Amino acid sequence: MASLTMYPEDERLSGGNRAAFNLYIVTAVTLFVLMMLVGLTMRMTQARWLDVPPDLFYELLSMHGAGMVGTMSLATTAVMWFFLRKYVHLHLWAFLANYVLFLLGALCIIVSIFVYGYGALWTFLYPLPVHGVGMWTADSSALFMLGYLLIGVGSLLFYLDAAAAIIKVHGNLGRALGLQWLFGGKIDPDHPKAVVASTMVIIANSLGILAGAVVLVMSLVNIFYPQVVLNALVAKNLIYWFGHMYINATIYMGVIAIYELLPRYTGKPYPISRPFLWSWAVSTVFVVVVFPHHLLMDFAQPRWLAIMGQIVSWGAGFPVFLVTAYGALTNIYRSNIRWTMPSRLMILSMFGWAAGIVPAILDGTIRINSVMHNTQWVPGHFHFYILLGVLAMALSLMFHEIGSRAHAAPDSRADRLGFPVYLIGGLIFVFGFLDGGRVSVPRRMAEHLQAWTFSDRIGSIGAILVVLAMLYFAIRITVGLLKPPSPSWAPEPVPGPIPEPVPSPLVSPAPSPGVVGVGTTNAAG
Amino acid sequence: MILQNAVWTIALVGIGLVALGFVHVIIQAGKPADEDATRKSTHTAHILQAWLFVVLFVGFVAGSWATLRHFPIPPQHGALDAQQVVDVVGRQWSWQMKPDTVKAGSVVEFRVTSDDVNHGFAIYAPDGLIVTQTQAMPGYTNKLLHTFKEPGTYTVQCLEYCGLGHAPMTTTLKVVAARGE
Repeated sequence: MASLTMYPEDERLSGGNRAAFNLYIVTAVTLFVLMMLVGLTMRMTQARWLDVPPDLFYELLSMHGAGMVGTMSLATTAVMWFFLRKYVHLHLWAFLANYVLFLLGALCIIVSIFVYGYGALWTFLYPLPVHGVGMWTADSSALFMLGYLLIGVGSLLFYLDAAAAIIKVHGNLGRALGLQWLFGGKIDPDHPKAVVASTMVIIANSLGILAGAVVLVMSLVNIFYPQVVLNALVAKNLIYWFGHMYINATIYMGVIAIYELLPRYTGKPYPISRPFLWSWAVSTVFVVVVFPHHLLMDFAQPRWLAIMGQIVSWGAGFPVFLVTAYGALTNIYRSNIRWTMPSRLMILSMFGWAAGIVPAILDGTIRINSVMHNTQWVPGHFHFYILLGVLAMALSLMFHEIGSRAHAAPDSRADRLGFPVYLIGGLIFVFGFLDGGRVSVPRRMAEHLQAWTFSDRIGSIGAILVVLAMLYFAIRITVGLLKPPSPSWAPEPVPGPIPEPVPSPLVSPAPSPGVVGVGTTNAAG
Repeated sequence: MILQNAVWTIALVGIGLVALGFVHVIIQAGKPADEDATRKSTHTAHILQAWLFVVLFVGFVAGSWATLRHFPIPPQHGALDAQQVVDVVGRQWSWQMKPDTVKAGSVVEFRVTSDDVNHGFAIYAPDGLIVTQTQAMPGYTNKLLHTFKEPGTYTVQCLEYCGLGHAPMTTTLKVVAARGE
């Protein structure tokens, strides 16, 4: 069971661990600000408030997509590492190797885009990388793909180390997921949720990364041996299997922060339960097979794949609403929670995830997808649960950690101002996109018609607020992390009363009928 | 109701309900509960969770049935026997469409493919809203069926990013009234 101690001794960062964690977080928050500025530039261009030529726009779009997905993965990998290392022995070299390979990969991507003009977006959809038509060359695409391969190898190294460590403690990955308790038996109350979530990520994202590796190598072969022609539909399936899985893994790594930190701020136990285990077991399957919802408008796709894409997209709502968000709300309800930055960000993240799934599920419906696919509805829903969901999860750990170094809860006047700016700006920003989808504004387009600029301008205003808030967060977190570690590890008392453990809806002795999953977020489009 | 507006309404209602749930809990979060109150609220939470499951499950089954029983994508193998057929080829960065005029009121079969990269074949009504779409993928021909209700000048817009000329990759489709109307 997660600790109720605010800063338990086994989480303390020192020496190499502290340096590595700081490297991850400072790099991540810096990149978040830069990538948000890139995003703002694009929104203002669409709003006709800036004049960015199309070639540069598509380079920025490629940078923003690859940069945000990669950085979100970097930040949430740090979340997973931070908590998982308490339960299993992780090797620092693997964590650092992932960081170094990420930087090398990022360098390849940046050079391919800004030196050689790569503009085939983060999806490198075959055969676009070899059809730059003067804007980019096949060689620049190859460099971009090399960057992906390096980042993917880094992730796999980290997962392999984590998998080995988990197996050493729990025997195999199935037991780490808690499969032995799905149909009965007494659940070990000390079985860490962080281990369950990490195991799911290791299984699902390793498969996704391998799919990505296959299509990247196939694409590289096509670049250097153009006579080797690929099947465009197979390539697209592999790309979205990889892409969907990679970004979704960030949610499942990020949510570990909620499982671990929320009970400390509410003062209420947040124990493991059978519905929880069911939710992660089911989600392990859901997240691997949901990707066909990205190909609903590819009519050549076998019909059963399209149906599976819709059904699984809809089914993904069950675990999110019934277990994860509901469980968090139950934990917060009448807890006398102390509202500081970590707790604010945690509840925001649960809201962003749960609310963002609503437009995502709608877009995962074939009939609706026929009018919403590749409109701004798509960035509307994925920014909802990434910006207001996953990023908030990662930020909650960052603020929690700087609280330990400052010996004070992170709740300054500037914090109390920055949070609503982020929340309101984020909502304006995502609703700008969703409204664009309502009026059929295309996504991924440098030049917008005058009639489309209303939602672009609304979105730009929201984006400005988000960038300002994130800039403040980045500075606050960086300064906070660079402070020397506190000489004494003095945990702060939990504010609310700590009641006797009372069975919550999530620790019922028998599973509620049909309560499944922790959530497979949709990203149809 | 226009589909986009229906989707927008459902989304706002869904997001609003989620937001209401969160606001309620946030308001209650500051009120500490004693042991007895905690037990009661836990019991209530059990019941609410069960009801939430029932509501979601009914919505899941009914929604899946309603949206899939008439499968929105036509069979891709074999003849569709549409009265009008339009062959569409996308290429960087133009559309070739034969013929470029169809009649309203009877079904049109679009056979959509690409000469080079992936494109998105989206048809915009004169009011600026998408009425239907499919992908144009090299090596495949996607068959799309649509019946235009209103005559007018429709715009075909590429909706799958395809390089520098993606945004201007448009053409027009004339929909004329059926004879006798």
